[in-house]
Amino acid sequence: MTALAILGVLSSALFSGASLLYATLGETINQRAGIVNLGLEGVLLISGATAVAVTSLTGNPYFGILAAVLAGGLTNIIMAFLVVTRKGNQLASGLALMFFGFGVSALIGRAFVGLRIDGLPRFALPGLANLPPRYSSLFQFDMLIYLAIPAAVFVWWLLFRTRWGLGVRAVGENADTAFAAGRNPNLVKYQALFAGGLLAGLGAAHLTIAYVLNWSEFMTGGRGFIAIALVIFSKWNPIRAIAGALLFSGAVAFQLLLQASGVEISPFLLDTLPYLLTILVLMLWGGSRKYAAPASLGRVYMGTE
Amino acid sequence: MSTSAESGRRSSVIIQMLSGTVGRYLSMLVIALLLFGIIILISGRNPITSYRELFGSTLGSWRGFSEVLVAMTPMVLTALAVALPARIGLINVGGEGQLYMGACAATWGALTFSAAPAWLLLPLMIVLGMLGGALWALIPGLLRAMGLVNETITTLLLNAVAPLLVAYFVFGFWHSPMDTNRTPNFVEAARLPTLADTRIDLGLLIGIFLLAAFWLFMRYTRWGLEMRAIGGNPEAAQRNGVPVKLYIVIVLCAGGAIAGLAGMAQVSGYYGVLLTGFSRGAGFLGFLISWLSFGNPVSILLTSFLVAVILTGGSMLQLTTALPYAVINILLAMALFVVLSGINIFPGRRTT
Amino acid sequence: MTDQLTTEAQTPPLISLRGISKSFGEVKANDQIDLDVHASKVLALLGENGAGKSTLVKILYGFYQADSGTIEHQGKPVSIQSPQDARALQIGMVFQNFSLIPAFTVAENMALFFRDLGRVMDLKKISGRIETISERYNLRVDPAALVMDLSVGDLQKAEILKLLLSDSRVLILDEPTRVLAPHEIEALFEVLDNLRADGFAIILITHKLKEVMDIADQIVVLRNGRVAGSLSVAETSEQKLIEMMFARPVTEFQRIERPQSEAGEALLELKNVSTQAEGARMSLKAIDLEVRSGEIVGITGVSGNGQRELADLVLGRLPATTGSIVLHGKDATGFSIRRIRREGVAFIPESPMAMAVAPYMTVLENMAVPQIERYARNGGFTIDWDTIRQEYTATMEQLDITLSFYALARSLSGGNLQRLVIVRELAHQPSLIIASYLTSGLDVRSAIAAREALVQACARGAGVLFFSDDLDELFALSDRLIVLHSGKIRGHFTPDETSYEQIGYLMTGSEASDEH
Repeated sequence: MTALAILGVLSSALFSGASLLYATLGETINQRAGIVNLGLEGVLLISGATAVAVTSLTGNPYFGILAAVLAGGLTNIIMAFLVVTRKGNQLASGLALMFFGFGVSALIGRAFVGLRIDGLPRFALPGLANLPPRYSSLFQFDMLIYLAIPAAVFVWWLLFRTRWGLGVRAVGENADTAFAAGRNPNLVKYQALFAGGLLAGLGAAHLTIAYVLNWSEFMTGGRGFIAIALVIFSKWNPIRAIAGALLFSGAVAFQLLLQASGVEISPFLLDTLPYLLTILVLMLWGGSRKYAAPASLGRVYMGTE
Repeated sequence: MSTSAESGRRSSVIIQMLSGTVGRYLSMLVIALLLFGIIILISGRNPITSYRELFGSTLGSWRGFSEVLVAMTPMVLTALAVALPARIGLINVGGEGQLYMGACAATWGALTFSAAPAWLLLPLMIVLGMLGGALWALIPGLLRAMGLVNETITTLLLNAVAPLLVAYFVFGFWHSPMDTNRTPNFVEAARLPTLADTRIDLGLLIGIFLLAAFWLFMRYTRWGLEMRAIGGNPEAAQRNGVPVKLYIVIVLCAGGAIAGLAGMAQVSGYYGVLLTGFSRGAGFLGFLISWLSFGNPVSILLTSFLVAVILTGGSMLQLTTALPYAVINILLAMALFVVLSGINIFPGRRTT
Repeated sequence: MTDQLTTEAQTPPLISLRGISKSFGEVKANDQIDLDVHASKVLALLGENGAGKSTLVKILYGFYQADSGTIEHQGKPVSIQSPQDARALQIGMVFQNFSLIPAFTVAENMALFFRDLGRVMDLKKISGRIETISERYNLRVDPAALVMDLSVGDLQKAEILKLLLSDSRVLILDEPTRVLAPHEIEALFEVLDNLRADGFAIILITHKLKEVMDIADQIVVLRNGRVAGSLSVAETSEQKLIEMMFARPVTEFQRIERPQSEAGEALLELKNVSTQAEGARMSLKAIDLEVRSGEIVGITGVSGNGQRELADLVLGRLPATTGSIVLHGKDATGFSIRRIRREGVAFIPESPMAMAVAPYMTVLENMAVPQIERYARNGGFTIDWDTIRQEYTATMEQLDITLSFYALARSLSGGNLQRLVIVRELAHQPSLIIASYLTSGLDVRSAIAAREALVQACARGAGVLFFSDDLDELFALSDRLIVLHSGKIRGHFTPDETSYEQIGYLMTGSEASDEH
């Protein structure tokens, strides 16, 4: 296992993990406000298809990113309408949104299936470019990958160091207390969902126009659910989500590495790791109050919210 | 027996509930059709002709109608898999995973005992299917009974693990020589019998039977009473001696078993082979159907039928409008949105 | 002393309540109450459970509106319709169920309520403000600590801090020292002292007479919703206060006529039983208790001192960490609730809707659940509803109760729900009945009927573990009386041997006096 191989795994993890991280950050904001969006998969699909469509039509990937981000935000607004305004059941609404995403993304993407896209340009950071080609080729990242970890830090800062973030977390813990403190819980939830949707859209954009570079139906392959698992695994903390995203994404690359060393582990089994690890974490820290879900989210899972 | 006054009161309540339910379904349909019609318009087709084709093909011909029943089969079972645990307040979002594991176990049976006669093999596969699903629900049940983790999260997470396990088995051990993502076709003995020349398999009958059994069970048996006591007030039930933790584990496993049965019916009846990724969300649809139906068996039947009409019609739409099949999900989602948002243009009495 | 009195006479009250009355249904919680709250004074509000203290302060804080009476603030009449109004008048209340967010730090909780919090939180400024007030009144709390990690004493301080940071000048504390350790109580009193010196008005609801004598300036005693006495601390003593709260001339209570039956075999024996405290629960410590056939053992105490835990223990819902539980001479430690019920133990709780029935099932179904083993037929596939109806109809006749079998439980009044539970629990001749505050919240007729049913059961040989707050009821019904305090048994008498005052002493944790 050479240094090159390890760096290769890291590079691969960063590539596939960036979109996962963005989606996780978005869902973290939602869940901190007390809302679990099972329809995240659908949101990612819609945004991803939008990114491809707009990039293809305009030839400009940056417009594609913008469109995807907006699409994500708007799709989450549908969730907000159902869950906050109409007080619909969160789990059912999320699933319905997922099916909605299946359909809308297929509709948007139908003209672009299989089309190769000129995606986001990739570049290496100055300094790294001077490494021998074997290494520097591993580190040609697009801008969204570079921004992923800073984005996580930003979301952390947003949630824990700003007035708005305090309100979001207060609403997610106890909407009554937040109300007593002068916040408008419904408005805060809408804002959180919108922000979460923007980030999810960013993640989907990266997936389609920076990483995979085309569109096919259902191409997100369950990333929405992986993201939800990752939110729980990282205990609703954006910084921990970075490590988790790398871990979860690195699994497949790691498997290739193992294969090269003669160890055969089925990629399918490795893909189950994110979920199994999350369950393990829940079992170990399930009773702990410090790492518990935001209180009103807990009530959603209990069926009493 | 109850006095006639009481029966009279009860039947008028039922009538009101029915009219509320019917009203809800009607509005769901009408508004959803309107919204979807707009989408069809936007993509350059005539909504009226499209709808005519959709309903004509599904309800207008026996062939189409039989396809609806085929599509309905897994959902009836997965909906029951959610409704049963829901009676004691458990949220089972794991129907998808339990379905896969049931299919997996049944497939193992089909491949291992392919020489056995049908009257032996099929019941075995049914049992295996139920076992597979039940086992998949066991850990979530235990974790919930111990007060460690909510079953909502664990069943959700295990949903994603199951298809990966299935893929592992298929790729690694079971795949047919020509195709790495499917097993060889099941032998005749491993196939659920179908009705006449349709594709409707025994799974539908089993599903309807189980729905009826569920209704009878909840209403007449002692366990049904205890379950309703738990669902109504868990603390009171516990104080009244009902072994709540035991029920949590057993009932969640029972739900898993039913979903596993759905999986078995899918591979044994509908497909005749185990494909990786074969499920088109039947587990999730089951959750939605059960939720929309408030867990009521008759409602489950009706709602599954409605959803099946929409989905089957979608295949027809695909052929005639060049819209991809997945687009029908929009109609489905619209219908769901309408119900979830509580919009009812024919208000009757609310059922809860 | 004279100076104190004259200064009090001279400074007008900050808040004046006059003629406050409030009824809940038939129950008159507050009856023509007059109260004055002065700045720089601690007012202690005393009274038994149910005397009306909580209701009164909730009216002051805007949770309830009085049926009649006026409130004046700084001499001007005001209307307090909601907690917002109260807060606008700088009245703040510290609740027993704390209102802080457990997952947040102290600082975050405070910051949430700052009116001038910047877009980006200036942590230094927030900590600074907290520390300034903390130091001023000696309210030491670590701003960076998570609220869920705080000890109860610190939680309390944080709650007070929150009120101070939102400019409250009148602080209402409802039983603040109930769950505090002695050193924490000392610390709290230091804080209250500092606050008083700074001009705050403090209203303290408490049972602990010693504390009242330590910290209060003014005392108001409530009894049955009325003011039984309003005096300054200097004018009184613990003894006098207890008399005011509890005393009754001996001739006032009447024992319910009961056929004299010799107390028979021991139905329930608790031998040195202890339980573990979990969260807000009180732990039981070394309980030795016996209930014999034909007798009613009354258990009382200030609420929260272990009564619920004791009831849950006997029912099998709370495990014993030491000691043993013996039913009918058999070791029943660790039995499941179902097994304990099978041994003939019945349970009648307060608030049946919360603890005993399922709201959307019918009366008949609710009756069938605890004894379903008796009525299951064909291995459990069917239920013998006919027999159920027969047996419960017979019981209803016997107890002179009528209920419709097919009504949904949720449509029943509190009194009828309790009747349902009584019929259900007494129908099968239980040998041990755990009656936990069964008459609380009931109208008079239902309460009388409930007690009658218990007496009847006793006459047939049952034993009753009777939990109650109502001393009249306890003295009238019990063969023996036990007082619980902090999870321990503090006193064990027959009603003839004791008096309301002595029970009062023991309940409030004061030194027991040997004389009546």
